[in-house]
Amino acid sequence: MVALVLPRLVSFEGAGRRSASVAERNVAALKSAYWIVLISGFFEPLLYLLSIGVGVGGLVGDLTLPSGQVVEYAAFVAPAMLASAAMSGALSETTFNFFGKMKFMKLYDGVLATPVQPFEIALGELAWAMVRGSLYSAAFLVVMFALDLTTGPRALVAFPAAVLVGFAFGALGMALSTFMRGWQDFDLVGSAQFALFLFSGTFVPAESYPSVLRWVIEVTPLYRAVDLLRGISTGTLGASGWLDVAYLLAAVAIGLMIASRRMAKLLCK
Amino acid sequence: MANTQPLIQARGLVKRFGDFTAVDGIDVDVRPGEAFGFLGPNGAGKSSTMRMIGCVSPPTGGTLRILGKDPTRDGPAIRARLGVCPQLDNLDPELTVQENLTTYARYFGIPRRVARERAAELLDFVQLAERAGSKVEPLSGGMKRRLTIARALVNEPDIVLLDEPTTGLDPQARHLVWERLFRLKQQGVTLVLTTHYMDEAEQLCDRLVVMDGGRIVAEGSPRELIERHSTREVVELRFVAESQEDFAGKLGGLGERLEVLPDRILLYVGAGDTAVADVHARGLAPASVLVRRSSLEDVFLHLTGRTLVD
Ligand SMILES: Nc1ncnc2c1ncn2[C@@H]1O[C@H](COP(=O)(O)OP(=O)(O)OP(=O)(O)O)[C@@H](O)[C@H]1O
Ligand SMILES: [Mg+2]
Repeated sequence: MVALVLPRLVSFEGAGRRSASVAERNVAALKSAYWIVLISGFFEPLLYLLSIGVGVGGLVGDLTLPSGQVVEYAAFVAPAMLASAAMSGALSETTFNFFGKMKFMKLYDGVLATPVQPFEIALGELAWAMVRGSLYSAAFLVVMFALDLTTGPRALVAFPAAVLVGFAFGALGMALSTFMRGWQDFDLVGSAQFALFLFSGTFVPAESYPSVLRWVIEVTPLYRAVDLLRGISTGTLGASGWLDVAYLLAAVAIGLMIASRRMAKLLCK
Repeated sequence: MANTQPLIQARGLVKRFGDFTAVDGIDVDVRPGEAFGFLGPNGAGKSSTMRMIGCVSPPTGGTLRILGKDPTRDGPAIRARLGVCPQLDNLDPELTVQENLTTYARYFGIPRRVARERAAELLDFVQLAERAGSKVEPLSGGMKRRLTIARALVNEPDIVLLDEPTTGLDPQARHLVWERLFRLKQQGVTLVLTTHYMDEAEQLCDRLVVMDGGRIVAEGSPRELIERHSTREVVELRFVAESQEDFAGKLGGLGERLEVLPDRILLYVGAGDTAVADVHARGLAPASVLVRRSSLEDVFLHLTGRTLVD
């Protein structure tokens, strides 16, 4: 019976199915300890929102956006925290965990002996990272809505945008991981991530920096993510929103391409 | 008839890493249903060859066809029909024994229910059923090896590639693996294995090649190789002395050939007992004398001037 059915099923397989099997492996590997990691990844941006957005916001008062609209400081900071949560959720999965699986667990050496190809591994791992990133984003949007920092319809639009942000950072992080020589290199990633977190128009509008610095900031991925999500959550999204979306889509494509090329180079020697 | 076509065909196959040549132009034909072996010392290029056959390492030169397909173009389609047991176990440490099999099956697109059934059968097959729920890490080396072999069978492959399947196993585990591989062979599965154990090659392989320094130095069935490259019997002599060399001169003319190893002298002869009598007749008193049949080890020693396992 099995012998009769199987060839049909095997020939049915495609890249999507193989990528899904890579993501599925992570579901099987889920451990109870993982929930602790998950929860901490959500609370960090929430604490920032409460301490800085609400706390510091009390001192700062309201803020005028470039569009001329006036918002309270917490509503200004919240979408940036959302972007940052999406970023760190995706990154923790595609940098540390991905690197460990590739270099130390030698997981992909086994996977590549099956019909699964490097690109499908990259896509599967990214999709999995996004399950995690999306959970953060969804939870965070619920908090924003509850604190009256955005409206329900805007939150619904912001969700897919936050997922896109996660995809972009996940893909970039994965590409970066394939260049890491050891764990110590991840300290650099952590520092870079923190610098992005501080300077991407998160706490202060990018317009308030000197113009040279402003240009640098505006090409960083987190700035584009913040710009997009803030535009949506405050209802001030302008034409730059399209630029943000295009930028993030390109980041996904380029990140995936580099990651799978590098993986093939490293593992299929 | 399609059946006479070799399943694996390599011509002038080359693998280079930088300017180091690991596999130096080998020709190989593996026919359906046979057990084919690569025998050779460390660094001979066995694993490099196996990885090319497994379509995870692109050849640097020559041609390679597997199941009639080109590995650089049809990698996924070929791999779907291969089972691979790599030299180093790369089991998933975050999964249980059973999950290692079911998850691996999913990479081949095997439905979950079928995967579960097959995992159970295979765990029985390699006698790991009672460890199904255990994590991989606490398993012994031999158990991990058996699990890796079971994993290689999860897609019911046409060809199973086994890179040193029994290295590091105790004799009992080794015989279990041999017996299981033999059963697979009887089911018509084509086996390709590497080893540096002569007894393994003699037990399992219908045909084998001896590799050294990236080249094939001999090819044939174990019996043929022994007949072609060695004598029927071997006398192993140990002398209590600084150097075995001192005695080698005194054995001149005895047997067809003589090899001096650091700890013993091997005398290649047609009839062992006669040769031993001749040694004693020369007034020599070796500390120990052993007469045995020629093995692949002797073939290898003769062809390369080195022992296989040192
Ligand atoms: N990725 C690599 N990069 C550089 N050199 C390599 C690589 N893989 C193998 N080699 C070299 O190629 C040669 C053949 O290695 P290979 O692993 O094929 O030998 P082997 O016959 O399997 O040996 P062993 O019995 O020790 O497993 C060795 O000298 C090895 O150092
Ligand atoms: Mg090897």
